[in-house]
Formats: sequence, structure tokens, C-alpha cells
Amino acid sequence: MSKDRISVMVTSGSREQLQMAAMVASVGAVSGSDVTVFLSMNALKFFIKNSNELAPAEGEMGRLMEEKNAPDFMELFSQAVEYGDAKIFPCSMAIDILEVKQDDLEDFVSEPLGLTAFLGDASEGQVWHF
Amino acid sequence: MAERKIVDAKNTFCPGPLMELIGQMKMAEVGDELEILSTDQGSANDIPEWINKVGHEMIDSFEKEGVWHIVVKKTK
Repeated sequence: MSKDRISVMVTSGSREQLQMAAMVASVGAVSGSDVTVFLSMNALKFFIKNSNELAPAEGEMGRLMEEKNAPDFMELFSQAVEYGDAKIFPCSMAIDILEVKQDDLEDFVSEPLGLTAFLGDASEGQVWHF
Repeated sequence: MAERKIVDAKNTFCPGPLMELIGQMKMAEVGDELEILSTDQGSANDIPEWINKVGHEMIDSFEKEGVWHIVVKKTK
């Protein structure tokens, strides 16, 4: 039996959206699904090493999550890879626009991926967008 | 009987306790029992779902003084 596939496209730079994306990716990956994450638009800059930039909260939930010690979304993405073999790809277009290289991104982020390849991957399973 | 390891994941939220449990499960031996402590009710509901889905053995689950205890045996 082939494994379930979950494809997660992340374009938002808000804390709530990044958190939900990280939750879906990590829980999906540790529950036996093949998880692919595609980072583009305003989401990608938070994955630049040592950027120390905090994703701004959209609303009350985002503020409360920080106050109440919800798991950090970056840690959840990292655990998705470490514990569940998720693949996290930066969008090659976003890489070019931001003028960064794969080495500038967190170590758990894989090589840049184009939209054609991601769409091919996403055609075979659940697709989530945040 | 194998030793039971306590995984203290109090004071964080879903899916933090699940991830802490999985991190410890990776290092455990087959047959080991782990007892996860969580103050988050969402995790108390979600962790047994994960145990069933992945196929480990649920040993016990109870709440005591605002802390949920879930005991799982690693089966593979």
C-alpha cells in the first residue's frame, strides 16, 4: 500500500498561518504520511538562518500563542523533517527574488523546487495552503 | 518488565507534547513504556489517536490534578 501524501503550500508570513502549516506538516509526517512543504511568498524569509525576524501575529490567537508557550513553528517544521522525513522545499522563484541561496536557509530546508515539480507532487494527495 | 520513562511535556500546547513523545520514542527500545505528562487537553485527545494510527500499544490514560498521563508501549 502506498503512503498517503500531503502537500502543503505556505505563502503567508503571519504567525498563525505559519503555525498551522507547521502543525499539519509535523503531525502528518509523524503519522506516516509523505509530506512535502513548499515555501514561497512572504513565508520564505523566516527560514533564512539567523534572520531573527518574528512572524507578526494576525490577531489575538497569534499573540496568545506566544504568551502561552505554544511550540515554535520553526521547531515543528524541523521536527517534521527529523521525526517524519518531511521534505521542505523553498520555491525557486522566491529564492531568486530574495537573492538567497539554499545555504542561507535553515539546514532542514532542501534544495529549491520549481512550481511544476511541486504541482506534480501535489496531484497525488491532499493539498493544504496557508 | 522494561523501565517506564516519564516524558514531562507540561505547559506547552498541541502538538508540542506529541512531538516530545515521538522524540523520546525514537530513542526507546521496542517493549519500553513511556508515560507522557501534558497539561493540554487537546494533546490528551490527540496523542491516543496518534498511538492507534501508528500502531503502538496504549497502556493507560488518566487525569490527575490537572495533568493528563498517557502511557504507551513501543511495539516496533
